[in-house]
Amino acid sequence: MELLLQFFVWIPLLVFLLVAFVHHSKESLLYKITVSATGIYTFLLLVLATLWGVNNSPALHLKLLILYATDSVEIVLDFYFDWITLAFALVGSILMLLLLVFSRYYLHRDEGYKRFFTTLQFFFLSYSILVFSGNYETLFIGWEFIGICSFLLIGFYRDRYLPVKNSLKVLSVFRLGDISLILVMWMSHHLWHQNITFAQLNDFSLVQQHFSENGAYTVLVSFMIVLAAIIKSAQFPFSSWLPRAMEGPTTSSAIFYGSLSIHIGVFLLLRTYPYWQYSITIQSSVISVGLLTSLIGISIAKVQASVKAQIAYSSVAQIGLMFIEVALGWHTIALFHFAGNAFLRTYQLLVSPSVMSYTIHEMLFSFTPKVPKTQSLLSQRIYNTIYVLSIKEWNMDSFQRFWLWEPFKWLGSRIQVFSFKTTVILQFILHIIALTLTLSNNKQSPAAELISPVYSIIAFFYIVKALSERENAIHAWVSLTGALLLLMFSVTILIPEFTIIQIYIYLSGIIVSFITGMYCLYQIKKLDNDTSLHYYHGHTYNNKKLGFVFLLSCLGLVGLPFTPSFIGIDVMLSHIHMHNTIQIVFLALSFMIIEISALRIYSRLFTGMHKHTYHAMAYRSS
Amino acid sequence: MQKNSIDIEHVLDELKHFLPSQTSLKDFIHHNSLHAFQHLKFYDAIFTASDSFGYHVTLELQDYRALYKIGRIREDVLCKIIIAHKGEENIDNWKSILLEKSFDESKESRIGNLRSYWKKLHNIDLDSAVQPLLFRLLATYLDQGISLWKFPDSGSGFLTSIRYLESTSISSLFNGKRARQLLHDTSTSIASLLNILVGKEEYFEQYLFDQQFTHRGWSGMITTIEQRPDTLYDTKRISLHDVVFIELLLEIDALDRMKRKRWKPLLQNVNEPPCKIVSKAMKSELNDVRMMWQDAFEWSYYDEVLAGIKQAQEKPTHYSNQQPVSFQALFCIDERECSLRRHIEFVDRNCETLGTPGFFGVEFYFQPENAKFYDKLCPAPVTPKHLIKEIGTESRQHALLYSQKTHTLLAGGLSSLSLGFASAVQLFRHLFFPKMSPAISDAFAHMDKKAVLTIENINVQNTENGLQIGFTIEEMANRVEGLLRSVGLIENFASIVYLIAHGSSSANNPHHGAHDCGACSGRPGSVNARVMAFMANHKRVRDVLRTKGISLPTSTQFIGALHDTAADQIEYYDEEVLTSTNIHLHKKNITAFEKALDLNAKERSRRFASINTLQSISKIRKAINERSVSLFEPRPELGHGTNTLCIIGSRNITKQVFLDRRAFLNSYDYKTDPDGALLTGVMRPIGPVCGGINLEYYFSRIDNHKLGAGTKLPHHVVALLGVTNSFDGDLRPGLPLQMIEVHDPVRLLVLVEHFPEIVLKTIQTSPEMYEWYINEWVHLVAIHPETHTFYTFSKGEFTEYIPLQHSIPTTSDILSIINNAKEMDSNYIVDATKENLPVYNLK
Repeated sequence: MELLLQFFVWIPLLVFLLVAFVHHSKESLLYKITVSATGIYTFLLLVLATLWGVNNSPALHLKLLILYATDSVEIVLDFYFDWITLAFALVGSILMLLLLVFSRYYLHRDEGYKRFFTTLQFFFLSYSILVFSGNYETLFIGWEFIGICSFLLIGFYRDRYLPVKNSLKVLSVFRLGDISLILVMWMSHHLWHQNITFAQLNDFSLVQQHFSENGAYTVLVSFMIVLAAIIKSAQFPFSSWLPRAMEGPTTSSAIFYGSLSIHIGVFLLLRTYPYWQYSITIQSSVISVGLLTSLIGISIAKVQASVKAQIAYSSVAQIGLMFIEVALGWHTIALFHFAGNAFLRTYQLLVSPSVMSYTIHEMLFSFTPKVPKTQSLLSQRIYNTIYVLSIKEWNMDSFQRFWLWEPFKWLGSRIQVFSFKTTVILQFILHIIALTLTLSNNKQSPAAELISPVYSIIAFFYIVKALSERENAIHAWVSLTGALLLLMFSVTILIPEFTIIQIYIYLSGIIVSFITGMYCLYQIKKLDNDTSLHYYHGHTYNNKKLGFVFLLSCLGLVGLPFTPSFIGIDVMLSHIHMHNTIQIVFLALSFMIIEISALRIYSRLFTGMHKHTYHAMAYRSS
Repeated sequence: MQKNSIDIEHVLDELKHFLPSQTSLKDFIHHNSLHAFQHLKFYDAIFTASDSFGYHVTLELQDYRALYKIGRIREDVLCKIIIAHKGEENIDNWKSILLEKSFDESKESRIGNLRSYWKKLHNIDLDSAVQPLLFRLLATYLDQGISLWKFPDSGSGFLTSIRYLESTSISSLFNGKRARQLLHDTSTSIASLLNILVGKEEYFEQYLFDQQFTHRGWSGMITTIEQRPDTLYDTKRISLHDVVFIELLLEIDALDRMKRKRWKPLLQNVNEPPCKIVSKAMKSELNDVRMMWQDAFEWSYYDEVLAGIKQAQEKPTHYSNQQPVSFQALFCIDERECSLRRHIEFVDRNCETLGTPGFFGVEFYFQPENAKFYDKLCPAPVTPKHLIKEIGTESRQHALLYSQKTHTLLAGGLSSLSLGFASAVQLFRHLFFPKMSPAISDAFAHMDKKAVLTIENINVQNTENGLQIGFTIEEMANRVEGLLRSVGLIENFASIVYLIAHGSSSANNPHHGAHDCGACSGRPGSVNARVMAFMANHKRVRDVLRTKGISLPTSTQFIGALHDTAADQIEYYDEEVLTSTNIHLHKKNITAFEKALDLNAKERSRRFASINTLQSISKIRKAINERSVSLFEPRPELGHGTNTLCIIGSRNITKQVFLDRRAFLNSYDYKTDPDGALLTGVMRPIGPVCGGINLEYYFSRIDNHKLGAGTKLPHHVVALLGVTNSFDGDLRPGLPLQMIEVHDPVRLLVLVEHFPEIVLKTIQTSPEMYEWYINEWVHLVAIHPETHTFYTFSKGEFTEYIPLQHSIPTTSDILSIINNAKEMDSNYIVDATKENLPVYNLK
């Protein structure tokens, strides 16, 4: 029965690859392939569930594929199946099926019909990997993929300003969650001295022993898990990304932000519950976050005059309640709550355009003008204060801007004083030094110990520089690549057992991505000698394929799961030990912003309003 | 306070003139998107608008050239146009310019230049800092029924409400103290705020234009609500003045925050002289080229139509008028009824169809039973003095899943657990078995078929809110006479005269008002049809009519009906008044109508991806009906897409010409009106109604991003007023992409069957009417009723026009042409136009 689990990844993967090769004008074919495969998926899931139920529903566990293995590191694709998986997979596949049927004619003749169906299929693949995952590494692959799908679907209407801006904005919030998970993986690896599986987390005595050994670290790990869940499920104080993510076609907003993607935080909490359930601190923080989000979410929902935003905030509030349910151990209720909320919000979003005629019709018959209530001064004050706060979304949006965006911007503006030439020469020198150190046999030297964190700090600054680069995309791209090499060296000079093969794996991903990216950038430069990042170019209008290749290069460079760079990063992280605090902090910060820096280049050059105005295009504000 | 010489109120008035004037979507009425420029000649107007505001107003040259390549723009027509504009001797030169010369078509517009200095000089993005909060404030203030907590509205305007809110709340909308102080300071004015922000007075006007045009959707909505507060059920007091005031404060506040108060007025470091945003476009070669291409595009089609009409006139008619007329049916002039009329005439060769604006000449407010408000049921510019009330309806249904309770915490939680699963089932049903539900706008639900209407007024004292309830006998007789005379139906009455209004059902469609009857202020015309039928059947009305020379035989009866143009269904009203002989005839006629609807559905289905036109008729009918109730169908019907013609005259002109649902058809008999007295009344609404529809489609098609609403798929409904693309986005007036894909951006050609001198006299009766024609916002051709010669109207006079095309194809089997027609490959104009069928003569 375990072996069946892999089908739930193979099917969406196969379909994804299949639809990628269908011509974009073949709407019916695209639809038929995806809908029949999802139908089969749902059917198989029901078969599995029945078999599983008849056999007294034991938790299933499948070690599918070893991606990379050495004596100390093992990266495994691992699958797991229990009630939580079943609930999420079943709700997911049913909704996916309904949404595909809905989208068939809804998207008809949309310029991005194929793009929509392939991205949706890619999302379903990621979702399946995530809900069937059996360890953090597998879960992370799905998690990260979903973030990329979000980026693509929020920016679906890539020729308008707001979708493009918001896609990057949401991604930058997500990155914080991604990094939390990376840190969870890294710390778990060192704390457990192995790559722990979720099946093992259910072993009560094992977890108990682990907790008593590691004390404060376990709280830190749990905290990271909770933070990741908070971000992905748009809990306080990160709720305000959710309404801004509703930029794509209504169907994609429904499946992502109405139903599936938004509940992934709940899934993560349920999945890791055995790990943190005994920590009162964590339990109470989950409860407080949930409660706070519920109250604030509802207050914002109540003042919204935009239908989709209202649904978003009500949904967030319900997820807050689910957090409480999970923390209290009421998992069956939480699962039902999840399913019900997912269905309800999907439905509400899909019918949201008809609220106009329905409510206007209702008003025609039942409207009574509001009679001003006589309120005491105090209650008036309280009401109006909460009202103003809710209109301002309790300042969550400015909070995020202030803490997640401004510091890097500030830092970037300070770094810009270094000229590109200086930085390249510096890089060159640094690489030579590092290479010599890496290849030298005497790695345990105090010099290496000292240099290593310095390298990670310098790498971080290079990424910040790329992030705040305004004039030249090629410079930013070179800085990013250089930074990645520095990051690698910062680890290799420290670690004796780092082999040439490992370096090779990491480098191969980076170099291929770097070269294709460079090629794309030079093609753009050839057009009108302008690769400024100061404004949007919107080159996708005329250069769709080039844009797509560059997008892949960006993702490859920064370590899209399954690419060599990703494995390289994973391997690299596993070599850093717990006491290298500075290094891990800067590595984490670097990985957090590197994806944003790369995709920012993509956004600026290829999306947004086309800079050539000979054809019609939308206003910035629309 | 500083004294300012600039008159801010005047600037705001001018600004209002150029903002979009679309009302709340519940009252959607088509109008010329560039109405502010209508006093100019068409091309001057559109190029001026384009230079001022950056709109695209013609296709790109490569599109015209591609249309030329596929033959959609004809060479002979193009040459004729070039000669007309540039002279015979320059034809070769200009032809090569049109076909080959490459131009820089980039749009440089004057709007936004001044305000862009914030970004250029100070690196500040004021729009992103101010707009999200401003839009949310406006939306919640004006909200009609989405939010659960209401804006603490003082009832005395937007600015006063904000002041009240600020003074009673502990948290503030503003970050800094300065903005708060300025808000409460009664001496603060727009001019004084502009002084802080802009500095130099000569730039104030330009700054305000720039500022308001960064969100023309909201500014336009504010302006229309200011001018017509009754467009909202939950009325709100708001003015553009208040909004500008708050926006300036928010800008000052944002600058204070971002620059930590260390900033100077914008114009401190700018040396560019102020510029007038709207000033007349200069002549340019590029614009000449565009103009000639557009003219050629238009005349390539008109020429074909005129050739078709000419050919049909020359042929002897196949119909003998020996048989008595089986029935008469009056339809709305709407071009969507053009095909249904063709089919019913095909099914029953002895019937007669006529066209008239769909309110059937009766103007009134309608109050559904228990309704708190009145619906206006007549063309938008008319203000009715009568009220029709509905009595004795069945109870209405509610949709539980729309309950706002789901947006509260506990009820929301319980409902996710319960309603959540119900909604999964509901969604499943909607997808696989779509059917009518309370959440879908149903054209037939506009009025309860079984209810009684208060049509007749017994006592003129009987009024409500200043409106007379019902019409007196005299008033009824006048309206019946007016209707019958305008369409020339004053003798040879059949036993049954149908008055077939139209409406449209659709699901999940905020723009459904745009599919209903334009002559009924964007609502279904069922009540009007029923009211007119009642009047014409009234014995005492007929007595009065007889004295006026119209004698309706007692055997003749009128029946009102409603055609759902999306679902292709007809509902008949008050059938019980029919005499037993007429009931028999009526049943026969219903069968004929059903057959015609079958054919109509088939004809429409050729454009729908979800329907195979070669399927059996019953399957097509079912599929057409399902489209109108399917949540996932963004194109329940195609509305007025493809409209290009308006033909005023006898049906004989068009009866044998296949016009592919592109013509507004208004019946008119020049013989009954030799001096054109009635023609004035007939032609008065043509400009605003048909011209308005046509131009809104024209501009939404050409620039769907700036003048249209863009694709429907991401739309958010905001405040029940309009739609936006995103949470922080501006309102999007205009038509969505899904409505205009099939449309060829071509101006309306009005054809009038009368002597040219009478037509000229008629259009000159009022300056408003004349403006449409003399400024070329619509084209005008008169058909000489005796010689059948065409005369085109240009520069104030009529000149003879001989179609260049000599013959057009004739077919006896239009259905096979429809069966073989291909669906467009994409909605790019060059592909999309191929879906529109050429003109055929029908045997």
